[in-house]
Amino acid sequence: MSLRMGTAIVGAAETDAVGIIPDKSAIQLHADAAFNALADAGITKYDVDGVLCAGQSPVQVAEYLGITPKFVDGTSVGGCSYMLHVRHASAAIKAGLCSVALITHGESGRSRVGMAGWSRASQALGAQFEEPYGVAGPPTRFTVPILRHMHEYGTTHEQLASVAVATRQWAMQNPRAMMRDPITIADVLNSRMIAYPVHLLECCLVTDGGGALVVVSAERAKDFPKKPVYVLGTGESTEHSMISMMHDFTESRAFKVSGAQAFAEAKVAHKDIDHAMFYDAFAHTPMFALEALGFVGKGEGGPFFAEMRTAPGGDFPLNTNGGGLSYTHTGMYGMFAIQESVRQLRGEAAAQLPDVRISIAHGVGGMFHAAGTLILTNDEKA
Amino acid sequence: MPKRPIPQATPETAEFWDGARRGELRIQRCRACAKAYFFPRPFCPNCSSKDVEWFTASGKGTLYSYVINYRAAYGFDDMTPYAIAVVQLEEGPRMMTNIVGVEPKPENLPIDLPVEVTWEQLDDKITLPLFRPAGGAR
Repeated sequence: MSLRMGTAIVGAAETDAVGIIPDKSAIQLHADAAFNALADAGITKYDVDGVLCAGQSPVQVAEYLGITPKFVDGTSVGGCSYMLHVRHASAAIKAGLCSVALITHGESGRSRVGMAGWSRASQALGAQFEEPYGVAGPPTRFTVPILRHMHEYGTTHEQLASVAVATRQWAMQNPRAMMRDPITIADVLNSRMIAYPVHLLECCLVTDGGGALVVVSAERAKDFPKKPVYVLGTGESTEHSMISMMHDFTESRAFKVSGAQAFAEAKVAHKDIDHAMFYDAFAHTPMFALEALGFVGKGEGGPFFAEMRTAPGGDFPLNTNGGGLSYTHTGMYGMFAIQESVRQLRGEAAAQLPDVRISIAHGVGGMFHAAGTLILTNDEKA
Repeated sequence: MPKRPIPQATPETAEFWDGARRGELRIQRCRACAKAYFFPRPFCPNCSSKDVEWFTASGKGTLYSYVINYRAAYGFDDMTPYAIAVVQLEEGPRMMTNIVGVEPKPENLPIDLPVEVTWEQLDDKITLPLFRPAGGAR
C-alpha cells in the first residue's frame, strides 16, 4: 500500500508568536497552534477524530482541547516526530481509522513553563554509557560525529560555518525570525566555542512556540478554504539511542532509510524538488541530510554549502524560514520545517520562491536517533 | 559543588561494571557470528544469538571522533574544557569515554590517535574506563 497522494494538509499554522513566550505553558502552546490550524482549515474541534502529538501525551492534548478521538498517536522520537505523524495520519485516514487528523506541537523550550524535567533514571543506558563522561545536552552529543566527517572528507570549519551564513540570509527576509542581523563566516568562526568544532552560531536557537496541522483525505481536500498540500511521499526510521552507537559517523543510516522510502513512494527524482527543509539543529545536520538523501555524493556536502547554493539566489533553496539556526527552535523543530514547506507550496511564505511545485521536509530526531521525511506537492495531478 | 552523575548497573550490564572495578574492560562476543559488541546485552545485536560470552578487551583502540566541551555538564566544572570522545576498540566495538592524560586541544587529539584504557574510580561501586594516548601521558 502506498500513501502517495492519498491525503493532504488542509490546515497549517504556528502559534501567534514564536520566540520568547513566558506567559504560556507547553500544553497551551499546543492549544494555541491547534486553534490556529483549525481556523486555517475552516473547521472546529468537533470535526476532529484523530489526535497526534509529541512532547505532551495525546491523552493530555485531547483532554485539554475537549476532543474524544477515534485515533491517537503519541509517537515521540524527537524533533522529526511530526513528519512521522503526517505519515501515520495518512495511513490511518487511508485505512478508515479516522477522517480528520489534528497534529500538534507546543514547547516552552526557552521559558520552560509546564515542561517535564530533564532528569532520567541512572540505570538508563545513556546514563550508564554516555552521561558519566560529561555530556551536556545536544551540543556535546549531536556534534561528536563532525570531526570524523571532516577527517574522512576534508570538510572544513569554513564550510560548516557557511551553513549558518546561508540560513541567516533567509532569516533576514522573515520578520518572525529571531536572528535577522547579517553574519559572515568570520563571525561564525569567531563566535564562542561551545564544543569544538562547534561555535555558538552553528547551534540552533532555544525558543518557545508551537505549530499544528490538519490532515484529511485527498478526495475531501478541495472542500477546504486553502490550497491543498498533498502528501506525495513519506519515510521514517530510527538508528540508535546513544550517539556513540551510530554505525558510521559520516552518514546517518536513519536519514538514508527514511529518505529512500519517501523518494520511492513519491516517484519523483531529486531534480524535481523545488524547495527543501532539512532540520538544522546544528550546522552539520543539513549537510548530513543533503548527502544521505542523495542530493550530493558522500562527503560532497561541504563544498556544496560553501558555494552558497542553499542561500537566497542559489539553485537549492534550503531552510527558507531561517531554520532552527536563525528562525526558531523550540526543541522539536520538525513541525516548523513542515509549516514552511506548506507555506511555500501555498505561496504564503515570508521569503516566497517562485513556482514551488514539490517541497521536501526532512527531520532528525534526537541526536541522529531517528528520521522522518515528507515529500509534499500542491499539484493535484502529481 | 554538584556531584557528577553516577551510573547504576542493571542485571544485563553488571559484569561490565564489576570488571571495571577490577580494572578489566569486560565486553561481549557472539559465539555464533564471532562479532564482539558493546553495550552489554545477553544476546547478539547482530544475529540475535543468545550464545554470547564475556571477555576482557585489550584496552587498546583508536580515537574515532570527539568534541572538546567548554560548557560544563553538572558536576564537571573543575574539569572543563574536556574531551568527550568515542573510541574504536581494537576488537571492533566503539564506546563513549573521556580522553585524559593530555591537554584537550585539537593538535593533541588527531583522529585515529592510538589510545589505551585507564581507570577512574568514582565510588565503591563505579569505576569508569577513560582513555589516554597510547604509551602514557604526553
